[in-house]
Amino acid sequence: MSAGAAILEVKGITRRFGGLVAVNDVSFTVAEKQILSVIGPNGAGKSTLFKLIASFLHPSGGEVRFQGQRISGLSPHIVARKGVVRTFQETTVFKAMTVRDNIVIAHHLRSKSGLTGFYFGSRIARGDEAEFGRSADEIIDFLGLTEQRDKLASSLPHGHLRALGIGIGLATNPKLLLLDEPFAGMNHDETNRAVRMVSRVRDRGVTVVLVEHDMPAVMKISDRVVVLNFGVKIAEGTPAEIQRNDKVIEAYLGSEDTSIGL
Amino acid sequence: MSSTQKTTQLAILAAFLLGVFVVIPWGIAATGRHDLYYTLTSVALLSIASAGVWLTFYIGRINIGQGAYALMGGYVSAILVVTYGVSFWLTLPLAGLFCAAISVLIGLPILRLRGVYFAMVTLVLTEVTRLSALALPITNGAKGMVSIPLPGPLGIGGFNLVPDFATLKTPNLAFYYLSMFLMCLCFGAMYRLVHSRIGKLCQSLQQNEELASSIGVNITLLRVIAYAISSFLGGLSGAIFVGIAQSIYPSSFTVTDSVNFMLNCFLGGLGYVFGPIIGTFLLYFGWDLLFQTGQFQLLIFSSLLIIFMLVLPNGLLSLNPFAGKKS
Repeated sequence: MSAGAAILEVKGITRRFGGLVAVNDVSFTVAEKQILSVIGPNGAGKSTLFKLIASFLHPSGGEVRFQGQRISGLSPHIVARKGVVRTFQETTVFKAMTVRDNIVIAHHLRSKSGLTGFYFGSRIARGDEAEFGRSADEIIDFLGLTEQRDKLASSLPHGHLRALGIGIGLATNPKLLLLDEPFAGMNHDETNRAVRMVSRVRDRGVTVVLVEHDMPAVMKISDRVVVLNFGVKIAEGTPAEIQRNDKVIEAYLGSEDTSIGL
Repeated sequence: MSSTQKTTQLAILAAFLLGVFVVIPWGIAATGRHDLYYTLTSVALLSIASAGVWLTFYIGRINIGQGAYALMGGYVSAILVVTYGVSFWLTLPLAGLFCAAISVLIGLPILRLRGVYFAMVTLVLTEVTRLSALALPITNGAKGMVSIPLPGPLGIGGFNLVPDFATLKTPNLAFYYLSMFLMCLCFGAMYRLVHSRIGKLCQSLQQNEELASSIGVNITLLRVIAYAISSFLGGLSGAIFVGIAQSIYPSSFTVTDSVNFMLNCFLGGLGYVFGPIIGTFLLYFGWDLLFQTGQFQLLIFSSLLIIFMLVLPNGLLSLNPFAGKKS
């Protein structure tokens, strides 16, 4: 494990839905500027864990600490303000806006002006708008969306939508970006491009936690991997350690041996 | 925005203002159709209330409760004028603010609801307000409040801005100017709102609240602000109506009015700031024109509305050749 202070600590987190325990006493930490992947079979509780970290759900027990502060129980927009931002499993973007507008609007957290300032077009607000525009263009170029800039999000193909989703996340200037299945439904080339993109996001100094099904991509990209099964953490380690872990192989019933590289 | 577009927009605006404040009064004076003042005043006031409904549509909520706020605003103004002798002019902002305050209290719990659930609650709201007006002692129940004096003079520092309406030969004309002025003010403010960053934030709520909140938008706050502005406009327009009618009853604004406010928005186009003006105008005059058809009025009217919504689902303004007016 590479050195670096823990930016996110998940401590014994549990979430029950009625009688069902979706996430059961899961703990792990994420070091700064690392990529940590959460994997597991369908229904293992990955997405629930994600929502717990981003505070879209509140835990039944345990807590999440970000930079030493407890963030469980706060509203999502407060957590986002602290620097923990999630993208969504579905290709969730503002469909009726252009690519650029999507990213410009996502700069919301960086605004220095209040709503009244924006209404009356105060000097600070105009400064904000100009800054958002510049930064949005930079992110658009960074993600290779330059040609799609003025297209409506609803008209984008799958791969570009995913990039836009990440762009929206980046615009918030996150310290920790939570990516929900960033490679789902992509072909080989698209996945490779996306993997490079996520690595470059990390190189910008953003810590990345992702939930993913695509094993080769996960093994390629992750510094550490956490494996969930039936809501319980069954393994944690580097990709190489996970590939050798008996419990993990068992959880995937052997049918996915080839896909995790065995 | 290109400069030609801007010029076109300014030309349209100038023509509109000229028409409303000069040509129409002149035309009415020439033809002697003084009844039109009342009709056009109503259109202006209804479109102000509809503008509020439009704003709630803009954040993705179907609001069928504007009648409730119009009624509340009307009663606030009437009670303040009659019981406490407050100047009519002061009651206008007070009525609006009262409605905005009430809407914050009501909005905080119900704005969590979406789609048809929010619509249902707002629908009930109109009925609840009517029943409250019937039951509360301060509203004088079913007898309503009548013989409310006309607006007095409005002055700032000894300078009379508006004369005492009771001394005017044609208070209708004065109300016409007042309502049109407020309508222009209201839609100017709305135009700015929609074209500022706040408009984009509202759109982000309309399109995906979860995502909006994950990029750090305080969706609860924004929803409540939009709803409060909406209710403010409802209360304001209700208060002026009371000033004109000089009376108010629990049935002054009913569920039908609430539905009409919503229809005005649909008809004009939900994507266009000025949709409510066009929609209100069309709905109001369309209904009046069909008066000749007697018992078939409602049948023809509703059939036309259905056809209209099938053919032009994005409202009348989607036909607009001036793309610049699109919000």
